[in-house]
Amino acid sequence: MKILTEHIDVPGIETIDVFCKHGGYQAMEKAIKKMTPDEVTDEVKKSGLRGRGGAGFPVGMKWSFLAKPEGVPRYLVCNADESEPGTFKDHYLMWKSPHTLIEGMIVASYALGANTSYIYVRGELMYVIHILEKAIQEAYDKGYLGKNILGSGYDLDLYVQPGGGAYICGEETALLESLEGKRGNPRIKPPFPAVKGVWQCPTVVNNVESIAATSWIVNHGGDAYAAIGVGRSTGTKLISASGHIRKPGVYEIPLGITVEDFIYSDEWCGGIRDGHKLKAVVAGGSSVPILSADMILNTASGEKRLMTYESLSDGGFATGTMLGSGGFIVMDETTCIVHNTLTFARFYHHESCGQCSPCREGTGWMDKVIYRIEHGKGRKEDIDLLVDVAKKIEGNTICPLGDAAAWPVAAAIRHFRDEFEWHIDHPELAIQPGAVYMRPGASWTQ
Amino acid sequence: MEAKNTISFPAETLELVQKIIKRYPEGKHKSAILPILHLAQAEWKWCSPEVMYYVASLLSIAPVEVYEVASFYTMFHLEPVGEHVIEYCRTGPCCLMGGVEVYDHLKKRLGIQTGETTSDGKFTIKEVECLAACGWGPVFQIREKFYMQLTAEKVDQIIDELSK
Repeated sequence: MKILTEHIDVPGIETIDVFCKHGGYQAMEKAIKKMTPDEVTDEVKKSGLRGRGGAGFPVGMKWSFLAKPEGVPRYLVCNADESEPGTFKDHYLMWKSPHTLIEGMIVASYALGANTSYIYVRGELMYVIHILEKAIQEAYDKGYLGKNILGSGYDLDLYVQPGGGAYICGEETALLESLEGKRGNPRIKPPFPAVKGVWQCPTVVNNVESIAATSWIVNHGGDAYAAIGVGRSTGTKLISASGHIRKPGVYEIPLGITVEDFIYSDEWCGGIRDGHKLKAVVAGGSSVPILSADMILNTASGEKRLMTYESLSDGGFATGTMLGSGGFIVMDETTCIVHNTLTFARFYHHESCGQCSPCREGTGWMDKVIYRIEHGKGRKEDIDLLVDVAKKIEGNTICPLGDAAAWPVAAAIRHFRDEFEWHIDHPELAIQPGAVYMRPGASWTQ
Repeated sequence: MEAKNTISFPAETLELVQKIIKRYPEGKHKSAILPILHLAQAEWKWCSPEVMYYVASLLSIAPVEVYEVASFYTMFHLEPVGEHVIEYCRTGPCCLMGGVEVYDHLKKRLGIQTGETTSDGKFTIKEVECLAACGWGPVFQIREKFYMQLTAEKVDQIIDELSK
């Protein structure tokens, strides 16, 4: 079942003519000509679509929170600041099929009553920005953007805004600050963007994939979307698969397939690279807890784990993780968990905006302490020190970057404490190039 | 910042700047800082005080407002750089694919460390965080172009090509 990527490999799909030949812009026409904005919102609510950027908040509900005071403009801002390590699905979708996003932007803007909308794309993807701008011009030329779209009286202008290289701008209030031309420091909430967003006007911020999915929902109805998936995990999800698998890439999966199928089936990742065994997975982007092979494949109660929001988080952080942004990083037995955790800790240290002391200072300490463990200078008490620092960051910051920095470190120690201890106890072995601790009796060392 | 306004975009870029400013509601032209800084860096390679002063003058804002933005976002070079700035991803997924070894090769090949520029002024290397291309790692970027699935041999080819 493909919703967003059905035609992604059709030659020329980045052009509006080919896109339209494959059913493109029908949802826009249906929404604008035959539906009221509230009817569009109702279908999105019925679909059960949840925010695909990582938080998983129901999109229709987020839309219904938008304040609509008379005479005040409202804005839709698309979050295309994709920067979570392990996640590259939005990059792929915008690069291959820009009109999929643009049509969704028109549908969603219409539903929200926005007459100006922005797509905020991370600046490193400048070539994707050029692709989007070309596609937007095509949509203007066809009369799908601009004044009086399809004679409906509805006006919409759509612009692309480049970022400047800052992970924090994926946090929606930091993104709005950045769109206002400022440093990307997250705002204290409330007020939420739905009431006071960009330029203090009511604003909805949605991920690329969420917005793109609304076209299919308009075409086929919210119920049809909700019929895909399991329970509250409806529809399809783009999964960015990277690491030690045979076929890295972006896959659109119906939510509800097993993790085992996703990793080993030829339809998806195609299994672990030749001659190697699965050791660990980070299932939803760098910020979600890492799990060992056994824990990612099966829940604590022994059931096969599914690719759904609920199943991946089954067992809480003790034995579970999160679907997050769908950044699925696979590691085989050659992976040093300490080194991998160091790259994540360094990432969050680098990307902390510096506004809140626990995050600004704590990410630096975690980076430094893991660095010395990795480089054979670890101390016995360092592991508990890391756990303590992570705990002091979590929940004590304005935005979720603090949690995102704390979780991967805490989880790596929770599930691979023996690997950290080995580095501290055997520094002379640990600093050898390519040295990896082999846990006796683990499924990946058999 | 002490700098005189002695530089100017070419006419067509100035037209583009005016178009960019119109993307935002009246009075909210400060939003144009990031797009204009990107244009400026493409024009002058790095964001010198002179460049930031000029960007401020285009938007009728204080130079320090440009500096505080340029210094927050990692894409803007606040020091002079070489002709080709190689921005190398150092985050987990690229490392899993051999990113560290390939990076060591690149540094050896160019004879410089992170943040340095070759003596002929051709290459600067910078370490950057995740470039959202994890399935195609190891990855580096030079300006707008992504170089993916890098190996030591591929790095040599790219450097050879750019050295011509």
